[in-house]
Amino acid sequence: MTFLLRRALFYLVTLWAAITVNFLLPRLLPGDPVQAMIIKLGGRLNSDAMASLYVLFGLDEQKSIWEQYLDYWGALFQGDLGLSFTFFPTPVADVLSQSLPWTLGLVGVTTVIAFLLGTLMGVYAGWKRGSWMDNLIPLTTFLSSIPYFWLGLIAISLLSVTWPLFPASGGYAAGLVPEFSGEFIGSVLEHAVLPGVTIVVSSVAGWILGMRNMMVTVTAEDYVLVARAKGLTRKRIMFAYAARNAVLPSISGFALSLGFIVGGALLVEMVFSYPGLGYVLFQGIGAKDYPLMQGVFLVITLTVLVANLLADIGYLLLDPRTRREG
Amino acid sequence: MSPVLEIRDLSVDYGKLRAVHNVSLSLNKGEVLGLAGESGSGKSTLAYAATRLLQPPGHVPSGEVFFKGRDLLSLSEKELQVLRWNEISIVFQGAMNALNPVISVGTQIDDVLRTHRPRMKRPERTARARELLSLVGIPTDRLGAYPHQLSGGMRQRVMIAMALALEPEIVIMDEPTTALDVVVQRQILGQMMRLRETLGFSIVFITHDISLLVEFSDRIAIMYGGRVVEEAPASEIYRAAKHPYSQGLLSSFPALRGPRRELKGIPGSPPDLRSMPAGCPFHPRCPSAMDVCGERMPSLESVEERRRVACWLEDVRV
Repeated sequence: MTFLLRRALFYLVTLWAAITVNFLLPRLLPGDPVQAMIIKLGGRLNSDAMASLYVLFGLDEQKSIWEQYLDYWGALFQGDLGLSFTFFPTPVADVLSQSLPWTLGLVGVTTVIAFLLGTLMGVYAGWKRGSWMDNLIPLTTFLSSIPYFWLGLIAISLLSVTWPLFPASGGYAAGLVPEFSGEFIGSVLEHAVLPGVTIVVSSVAGWILGMRNMMVTVTAEDYVLVARAKGLTRKRIMFAYAARNAVLPSISGFALSLGFIVGGALLVEMVFSYPGLGYVLFQGIGAKDYPLMQGVFLVITLTVLVANLLADIGYLLLDPRTRREG
Repeated sequence: MSPVLEIRDLSVDYGKLRAVHNVSLSLNKGEVLGLAGESGSGKSTLAYAATRLLQPPGHVPSGEVFFKGRDLLSLSEKELQVLRWNEISIVFQGAMNALNPVISVGTQIDDVLRTHRPRMKRPERTARARELLSLVGIPTDRLGAYPHQLSGGMRQRVMIAMALALEPEIVIMDEPTTALDVVVQRQILGQMMRLRETLGFSIVFITHDISLLVEFSDRIAIMYGGRVVEEAPASEIYRAAKHPYSQGLLSSFPALRGPRRELKGIPGSPPDLRSMPAGCPFHPRCPSAMDVCGERMPSLESVEERRRVACWLEDVRV
């Protein structure tokens, strides 16, 4: 327990550092948000409008950087991340809360699926070394070596243009209102098939390969031989003795990939114009939308930290050697 | 005495290399049979082949292993699975990593009971696991401990407790104390021998440490280059080993009891499986090698009652 508390404290410190960097970075950049806004609107602003924009962004007062920092924290605790330029005048917090569920739903779920599927296939491939499963590895590795955007474009061109089986873009059919209805959910699932399958296809190979190799190493261990000598069932030996030990290195890899869900969503959501956080970030970068980018980076930082915490807890549960006594 | 395990003409190959050559050995009821030899002499390979635990590329081209009138080598996987641990259990080098590091020792003992005694209920199984731990002198509250929380000696005791869980007929101990210090070695072996007296199982004790065998086993078979070169009661071997290799082995360990002897060791190194010398595999290292030794392999012949040697020195035909 003390171990978890210590970890939690460590994560709090990391969070503070990340947020501070997040606060400093845009202030180190030349120009200010209002300048960017003016450029975006092509000089169609009169001086009054410009003055009110300065007030809106809180840039009218001559505050010291320390005061700004305190204000930033105050605003953060109220969930106020500023206003987005791209979706002006929607608050950044609203943009994020609308797009985050899409990303978590698509990339998060497919990351978990790819991990479970790949690990399970790796367990079997490693257990039955030299079987037909081994031939699967070059194929999956080939698929994962294709750049993701290319894989996505091929999928779109084949499965939604040549044979229009699935929609090519968006999160749900145009004209539907997001609500909890069978029609809407069906449409969401239909739209998730292509991006989802391409994510799984491109990432499953790593899990298979890693797990297979660890299985091969672990099955040579004495305790697996003991398990066989004990006359345990094949299933019990394979999972409780071999896989249980072989999966440990994959757990940290899995946590890392969970942390990259939001960042990694960028390419997927660009290719499929999916209404998630990555697409928002893409638009934000294009429009030099600093508050929005800052918001997205904050979310990315948070997911990485949460994923690491999950990995710590997962390790604690799976490997008794990491549990500290006392 | 009737043999509980009888190995007849067993050969073991690793790919194309022969690691064990036509070995015949029997284990009597309640007996401790010692298998001695240097690394690579085929002693562990023999034991694993006889219990069908050999991993590919190891395989058995010929031979039979009789246990209670059944040939273990021709049993189906299913029949074998029922027999494993019920009748023949193995104590591995538990101090190293014979225990699964991520499962508590209680669960690892429980695994055996749950698989082989499906009718036992959970409280009965826990009670049995506690009983086993106290049998080997481990506090029963360590049932939930993980292997890394136990000392090497305790891990080895857990391994022994696990091996006795189903009261098997035979316990094979493969270098059971190699990684432990001398004091703990003797404690554990002494305990094992006492347990054997009360529970009545037979032991195959594999080690390179012939001084331990002399002390703890009834009969010793000495292996060299995949063959049994001498087999005799332990006291006979200790008193007057006949094969020059046995003599060499004995003089490379200090005796714990008895008069002082000079430590000599054996010159040279164990033969390579890929280039076995012709004739007797020991002849290049043998102090009393003759011409015939480099030409023909002597067969394992009875020289006295309960005593067999494979050496031309003992062969009256030469």
